[in-house]
Amino acid sequence: MPTHDDTEPKLTREDVIKVAMLARLALSENEVTSLTQELTKIVGFVSQLSEIDTSDVEPLAHPLDSQNVFREDEPATSLKTADALRSAPRHDGECFLVPAVLGESSSA
Amino acid sequence: MTLTNRSAAELASALQKGETSAVECATAFLDRIEATNSTVNAFLTVDRDGALATAEAVDASRASGKPLGPLAGLPVAVKDVLCTTDQPTTCASKMLKGYQPPYDADVVQRLRAAGTVILGKTNMDEFAMGGSNENSAYGLVRNPWDLERAPGGSSGGSAAAVAADMAPLAIGSDTGGSIRQPAGLCGITGLKPTYGRVSRRGLVAFSSSLDQIGPMARSAKECAMLLQAIAGHDPGDSTSLNIPVPDYSADLEKPLQGLRIGRVAAHFSEGLDPEVAEHVETTFATYEAAGATIHDVELPHATYGVPTYYLIAPSEASSNLARYDGAHYGHRWDGTPSDEKGITDFDSPLVEMYCRSRAEGFGPEVKRRIMLGTYSLSSGYYDAYYAKALRVRRLIRQDFNKAFENVDVIGGPVSATPAFKLGEKTDDPVAMYLVDLYTVGTNLAGIGGISFPCGFTKGSLPVGFQLQGPALSEPLLLQATHQYQQATDWHLKRTAALSS
Repeated sequence: MPTHDDTEPKLTREDVIKVAMLARLALSENEVTSLTQELTKIVGFVSQLSEIDTSDVEPLAHPLDSQNVFREDEPATSLKTADALRSAPRHDGECFLVPAVLGESSSA
Repeated sequence: MTLTNRSAAELASALQKGETSAVECATAFLDRIEATNSTVNAFLTVDRDGALATAEAVDASRASGKPLGPLAGLPVAVKDVLCTTDQPTTCASKMLKGYQPPYDADVVQRLRAAGTVILGKTNMDEFAMGGSNENSAYGLVRNPWDLERAPGGSSGGSAAAVAADMAPLAIGSDTGGSIRQPAGLCGITGLKPTYGRVSRRGLVAFSSSLDQIGPMARSAKECAMLLQAIAGHDPGDSTSLNIPVPDYSADLEKPLQGLRIGRVAAHFSEGLDPEVAEHVETTFATYEAAGATIHDVELPHATYGVPTYYLIAPSEASSNLARYDGAHYGHRWDGTPSDEKGITDFDSPLVEMYCRSRAEGFGPEVKRRIMLGTYSLSSGYYDAYYAKALRVRRLIRQDFNKAFENVDVIGGPVSATPAFKLGEKTDDPVAMYLVDLYTVGTNLAGIGGISFPCGFTKGSLPVGFQLQGPALSEPLLLQATHQYQQATDWHLKRTAALSS
């Protein structure tokens, strides 16, 4: 492995909590503590990429020289409502049911 | 010789000649699974009734003289990352416990059309994230060669199933080595096809620009049979290649005279187990004796493969796994307030349901990768991490393209060590990530790679050899492996650890 210096970013608890909210993960106190250490170590490891000069290199998002794929715009059958709802934790036969989007009233 | 000791090729021949029936064959493997799965834990679901019903239908078709394909009646194990309408699809995650998809994956449709008998769904690292199969919510898998060691991952259940004679054929998926590394550690053959060769529709997405489904079996000959059944264009996966599928068995018997094999000196640097190095070098010599020539090639950015992979794959995963929201399918928080301290400040009851469902449903490694990927994609870090990794990805692909101007394939180790002890790397994520050192480049470049057994350590653990080839070089990779397997018998060795 190439060596890298010790000036890598160190993640704080606040960073981890902020990222957890972006990722929609209600981490426990213990998870916040362990992920702060683990992510600092992993981010330090992946930061070795900064050694490489990529100023003239275009990003490669996809391994193939991809191109748009078109199809005819024709009607086709899609998933039946009952099949789509079959694995839903809560539904009313037509819609997925979720807790309140706004406000305090909760019915998870 | 019992049926479960026979190769898929032998079984196919016996089925065609009427020496055995699909029902007899399925029963033998189902009984073997019943006898050994409590030890190995390779299968998460075993579908005895479904398998026997399929087998009966195949036998009836054969009896009525209907033309059947070469795989008709052959049992196959399917990694639990592929959607099946008649069996749960859990990805070895609590998040998808009992989940029954509303459609079959393209590969599963093709397996059914080919008349294969799906025995069940195999264990794996949760959402295919891991290299040891220790990240399963339903228990780890044991390596059939040494029950105290890991089978590798993430397709550890599929590899162990074949190694333990629980299935003659298995389907795996490979995002950074998840077919090739467990194949190597379990002493079987596994192929990661070129990106786009096999449809990903119905493959639960981990990292969409890297994931690819492939065959696992004892030998290259059987991988060729299985790849034939699953490869091809699917309008339902816009990244699947719309080009003809060659006959993967056509070139197998051709000699290797003139094959140019690349050897990367850096593969043999620090960290490579001496016994692994010895067997890999012997394999190069075997190829030379068979008429191939060995050439030094360089992959200058290969050491950056793992850090590049561990930015791109988690970034794509954090986006792909956003779909598990507790609303549409999968695990949902039941509303019970948590006793544990932690994050408690949510914008709304809906957001609290999302966050608690996901926190309960995902295991530690999946959370770690979602966090890493979310961090790398987040505002202020995107350019330094995700975009940087995409640029290095281009350099890695260029390295392969350049090497393939001078050689036909590149050979080398699959893993730096033989199968490691269970628990050995679970406390150190970075050490676990480094097991992917030799395999991630294939996925980043979108090319093909195959892994096969090339010897055993003094401790009787299998050692794997990897060949990587340019895009769509599957016929050559299979031919080169088959020719090696004609000259050696490592792929025929059976473990004694589970003898019944």
